Amino acid sequence: MPHRLLRFAFSKEHKEPAFFEQPACLKPSYDAVIIGGGGHGLAAAYYLAKDHGMTNIAVLEKGYLGGGNTGRNTTIVRSNYLTPEGVKFYDASVKLFQDLSEDLDINLFYSERGHFTLAHTESAMRTMRWRAEVNKHVGVESCVVGHEEITKACPQLDISCSGKAPIIGALYHAPGSIVRHDAVAWGYARGAKNLGVDIFQSTEVNGIDVKANKVVGVQTSRGYIATNQVLSAVAGFTPRICKMVDLPTPIIIQPLQACVTEPMKPWLDHILVSGSLHVYVSQSSRGELVMGAALDPYEMHSTRSSLEFVEGLSSHILDMFPFLSNVKIVRQWAGMADMTPDFAPIMGKTPIEGFYLDAGWGTWGFKATPISGKSMAATIANDRAPDLIHSFRLSRFEEFELTGEKGAASVGH
Amino acid sequence: MSTRLPQQAGEWIDREQPLRFSFEGREYAAFEGDTITSALWANGEKALGRSFKYHRPRGILSFANHDINVMVTDGVDTNIRGDVVKVRDGMQLHAVNTSGGVKKDRNRYLDAISALLPVGFYYKAFHTPRQLFPFWENIVRKAAGLGIVNFSFPRITKPKLHRFCNLLVVGAGPAGMAAALAAAEAGLQVFLVDENSELGGSLGYDHAAGSESRMLLADYLHRISNQPNITVFREAYAGAYYTDHLVPVVQSSGITKVRAGSVIVASGAFEQPPVFRNNDLPGVMLGSAAQRLIRRYAIRPFEQGVVLTANTYGYRVALDLIAAGVKILAVVDLRAGGESGNLHDQVAAHGIAIHRGSCVYEAKPAADKLSVAAAVICAYDEQTNSADTRNAFEIPCDGIAMSAGWAGASGLLYQAGTKMRYDDSVQQFIPDNLPEGVFAAGKVNGVFDLQARIDDGVRAAHLALRHLGKPAQDIRAPVHTGSSPSHPYPFVPHAKGKNFVDFDEDLSLKDFSNAAQEGFNNIELMKRFTTVGMGPSQGKHSNMNAIRILAKIRGLPVDKVGTTTSRPFFHPTPIGHLAGRSFHPHRQTAMHTWHKNTGAVFTAVGAWLRPAYYQTAGRSKAENIQQEVLAVRHHAGLIDSSTLGKIEICGPDAAVFLERFYTGSFASQPAGHSRYALLLDESGVIVDDGVVARLSPELFYATTSTANAAAVFREMQRWQQIWQLDIGLVNVTGAYAAMNLAGPQAQAILSKLCPLDLCDTGFPVGAVRETQIQGMAVRIIRVAFVANLAYEIHTSASDAQPLWQAITAAGSPLGLRPFGTEAQRLLRLEMGHLIVGHDTDGLTNPYEIGAEWAIKMEKDFFIGKRSLQIIQKKALKKRLVPFMLANPVSSEMPQECNLVIAGNEIAGRITSIAVSPSCSQTIGLAFVAPELGTPGTHFRIRTDSGAMVEAVVMTIPFISAKEES
Repeated sequence: MPHRLLRFAFSKEHKEPAFFEQPACLKPSYDAVIIGGGGHGLAAAYYLAKDHGMTNIAVLEKGYLGGGNTGRNTTIVRSNYLTPEGVKFYDASVKLFQDLSEDLDINLFYSERGHFTLAHTESAMRTMRWRAEVNKHVGVESCVVGHEEITKACPQLDISCSGKAPIIGALYHAPGSIVRHDAVAWGYARGAKNLGVDIFQSTEVNGIDVKANKVVGVQTSRGYIATNQVLSAVAGFTPRICKMVDLPTPIIIQPLQACVTEPMKPWLDHILVSGSLHVYVSQSSRGELVMGAALDPYEMHSTRSSLEFVEGLSSHILDMFPFLSNVKIVRQWAGMADMTPDFAPIMGKTPIEGFYLDAGWGTWGFKATPISGKSMAATIANDRAPDLIHSFRLSRFEEFELTGEKGAASVGH
Repeated sequence: MSTRLPQQAGEWIDREQPLRFSFEGREYAAFEGDTITSALWANGEKALGRSFKYHRPRGILSFANHDINVMVTDGVDTNIRGDVVKVRDGMQLHAVNTSGGVKKDRNRYLDAISALLPVGFYYKAFHTPRQLFPFWENIVRKAAGLGIVNFSFPRITKPKLHRFCNLLVVGAGPAGMAAALAAAEAGLQVFLVDENSELGGSLGYDHAAGSESRMLLADYLHRISNQPNITVFREAYAGAYYTDHLVPVVQSSGITKVRAGSVIVASGAFEQPPVFRNNDLPGVMLGSAAQRLIRRYAIRPFEQGVVLTANTYGYRVALDLIAAGVKILAVVDLRAGGESGNLHDQVAAHGIAIHRGSCVYEAKPAADKLSVAAAVICAYDEQTNSADTRNAFEIPCDGIAMSAGWAGASGLLYQAGTKMRYDDSVQQFIPDNLPEGVFAAGKVNGVFDLQARIDDGVRAAHLALRHLGKPAQDIRAPVHTGSSPSHPYPFVPHAKGKNFVDFDEDLSLKDFSNAAQEGFNNIELMKRFTTVGMGPSQGKHSNMNAIRILAKIRGLPVDKVGTTTSRPFFHPTPIGHLAGRSFHPHRQTAMHTWHKNTGAVFTAVGAWLRPAYYQTAGRSKAENIQQEVLAVRHHAGLIDSSTLGKIEICGPDAAVFLERFYTGSFASQPAGHSRYALLLDESGVIVDDGVVARLSPELFYATTSTANAAAVFREMQRWQQIWQLDIGLVNVTGAYAAMNLAGPQAQAILSKLCPLDLCDTGFPVGAVRETQIQGMAVRIIRVAFVANLAYEIHTSASDAQPLWQAITAAGSPLGLRPFGTEAQRLLRLEMGHLIVGHDTDGLTNPYEIGAEWAIKMEKDFFIGKRSLQIIQKKALKKRLVPFMLANPVSSEMPQECNLVIAGNEIAGRITSIAVSPSCSQTIGLAFVAPELGTPGTHFRIRTDSGAMVEAVVMTIPFISAKEES
């Protein structure tokens, strides 16, 4: 038993320090204001303080910390993307994740499970090869494997998918991991707080004041903040925040749903994704199967659940694992995904001076939490986006310099 | 030792049908109708399972489908809930999540070291050094989870029913039955859903002692069974509420998807456990659980015991227990005041001590620690929520019944979007603002008196009637009078803890204060940090208490703390039920039977099945494909291309529509001609291509690629919604079949069948003709996709097979062979044609594939034009070029999607590659950097293994006309 647990035995009092302490009120001004207390916003605050010494920062969260897509995703971390720019970026995220538990001194249960993207058709195999080749080129561990290797790794999988969509092979990505998503937000929040960042929950932003194309302040439900730098790090609400500064974005909002089963003893060691069957599945450290599917095929600003989603997912998961018929789904939920035309995020500066954007994360934002935080912190501190995120700038849309990641989204869109 | 009571009216067991089963290796007797838990309890067994985290012994808590610590496996299925699943003869059961059985679970040591494992402990250890984490993780993962999955469990397919009703009533207790009857008698078609095998709800156990209520229940059951407008769903639960009153009703036989005109939620309330040390010991149970044991299964819950209460209801529980022969040694009431009606006097008349302002300070375990042996009782201060142990005394007992309050079963109401408020008079969240067409009645609505619940049901029925536009009365909502049915804070702190709040997750009172101290002091963060309510019983017995604790810690009213979001499912629902029959439809073309009889090996192309190639005796797949290719090159071939999307665009604006939709020019297109049609999206990216034939001035016939058939038609419809042109769009993809007759002999074959002038001037490439072949109407387009001479022949699906056979018969003497998609891929590659989606990707623009010729920039508008104007000005980044490998492949053939490497950088990608049977070279298409795009340029391809293979840029077609003969 690790010695770290012994302290609990020798003390009657629970002497654990608080993760979060909310200051009584806002300061009249901050050097930077971060809108959104999810993983991305909190990570940006943490790295601003840690890497750049900027600590006079407020993070504003409308609800509770990590309550948006940070707490709604299926916790998968991977870097097996399609474009060299994407692969490099997500690889940097994976590397930060690998050390993050130690950095933040919180066990994030970062668990390298290995990630199979299953191919049921020859055309899917071609895409797998494309991703594998680009990944290898950039130095990321990915390879195309045949169905024998999949069966060896996951003998429970019906490789014929009930005869309906036989699996030919897969893209195997050894670094693919799962991680306790809430804890990522908590760890960054504590880290930022300990470095002097003010974090306010239940605090809504009602407006952003811009004068002469420069950000000058933020109106909130707790009062006014004078500031020259604002980062929007929200999901599902980006168009609304950008409207406050009259900034059009090409983002539309679509729901993405997920569900979880009753816990069972561990049997599924890997993360499996099937684009054809619209399924991704892994088993959490609690023993639940965590499952997701494709985006809902319509624009909607709501986190309501639908029956069709869970019916379709159930049907497909049984094609893969027929023996799960009597395993029960406990809970389903939805998040709102910011979708961009090229399936790549939007990060960096905007035409409004002092207004920075970290948005458009679609269905893949959680895995980028550390690197987006670090990159946005650098962008704010230097008023210049680092090269790593150059391909994700907002202006790429008007410049027709898109970063095509559609082929690397885990399931169909 | 049997605790079965004598036979009684209304019991759910059939004593004529005894059965036997085993649990943990021991044999037991039971009756038909017994659940696993009731059967074991009747045999005196109390420790029925182990808890999730600390592996503490657990028995009955709710006995109402929430006892997730009593889950068993029968060797086939797992996580079977003992409290509700009926025992069957010969069952061999074992508890899940034990190591060595319930009684001697080796993991019970975890309870002894629980001090080391406080809330959130796993966030605070095991992660340093990083290298050791996988070791600890393995241990934690193994400890987690409940049952073991049986990998040979069969796939169960249960068809789903779709049904409609005017009114869905959820819950057949007094309020639900009254509502269903009132609505049905007024003419509504009513579905009445209840999770139990018998209707009646609490009338069947709580009020069962009185003959009056027994008569009331009998009367209700009689009226319901004689009411033709009511359909009853027994052993059925309303799984969730989805938009527009869609409720999946789940039964063991499958799911009925009910779309209701309105919904009345009369789902009652979950009794909530008061929190004191060892409140989880087997023998400590909710009062309603004890009543269910007595009334439904004729079981004496324990021999001598204590009733802990904080409301009137507990006194009735005490009386029921006495009537069942239990020796009640004390009634302990947390309240110093608070009325208990005449029930108090009735209990006192039995000579039972009633301790007001007192609590059960702790339950003490028996020597084997597997059940309760005593209750420690002392004074309780409701103001400070503290126990005063100075005059504590101990009562030996084998059971404690707890009745301190309720939480509404309001999951469906929350999912429907109901705004709830905390009502102090009942200390419960009740609906404040209900969505349209959704109503609540009974306990879930904060109504507890029996007559009031019935009235509330009738009131809800009239609200539903009014909602549905039927005559209805205004009935006033009942107002709760008297003391609250729920205690506002039924918690007894104890220095040694183990006073459980969440029985699924083994969370005790202190875990919550610790979580709050660590900053997790709003309900959502607290839920996530402690995992309260995240177990299989979904917080039905813990969420309300968690909210109360947090309100107390923060000094806020309960209303201000709020609740966590209630999400589907109301009750965990099997994947097999949700999956239903799992349709995976395939589409077959009109010529499918012929293909099948001719040895076709099929491949799935989207939903379609297409012949990949035709197997002939004694030849390998590759040889067959090669023969098919050579037949097309030297004689003729016929391929079924019915899977192409086929759309008719007609009307005065048809040409205008196509001008806007595709990049090319159609206004000037003469009838009888076809043109290449390239479709872009608004960002100028290639989406699809096909052919548009003009049949008459106002009728066009467009084909799309197989993959995009549905999407292109959908886009046409979408744009038509925006443009509102005077056109009609008809998707004839399935109505028409198509086949492609290709090769040097194609003209000779066709000339045998139709009277058309087929010479190059009479029927040039791109021409379209409508004619008849053997009396069958056909549309023929001269194309050049797989060969220089080819005819695409379209006909109605019903004529397709005879037409196919006629062409085959005419062509066979001239060497015609059918060919499949494999040969087609090679043939088009030899011709140098790309396939959209195969040789293009999600960002490819027309300039990158050299399709400038297909774009009429002089048009005022077409989809993507504005973007092309910008793209035109930018330097090309890549270009699709034909290539040939410089040397014959020695070892490793490059694969599609291998990269082109220049220097050390990615300079492109192979999109198509194959060995051409016609020119015996390895040919292909590749995206390369523009500087590599000139014919004759050499570039390098990196294979899977990392080897470099040299290629040279070519011109197309790879084959010349002279090679076709």
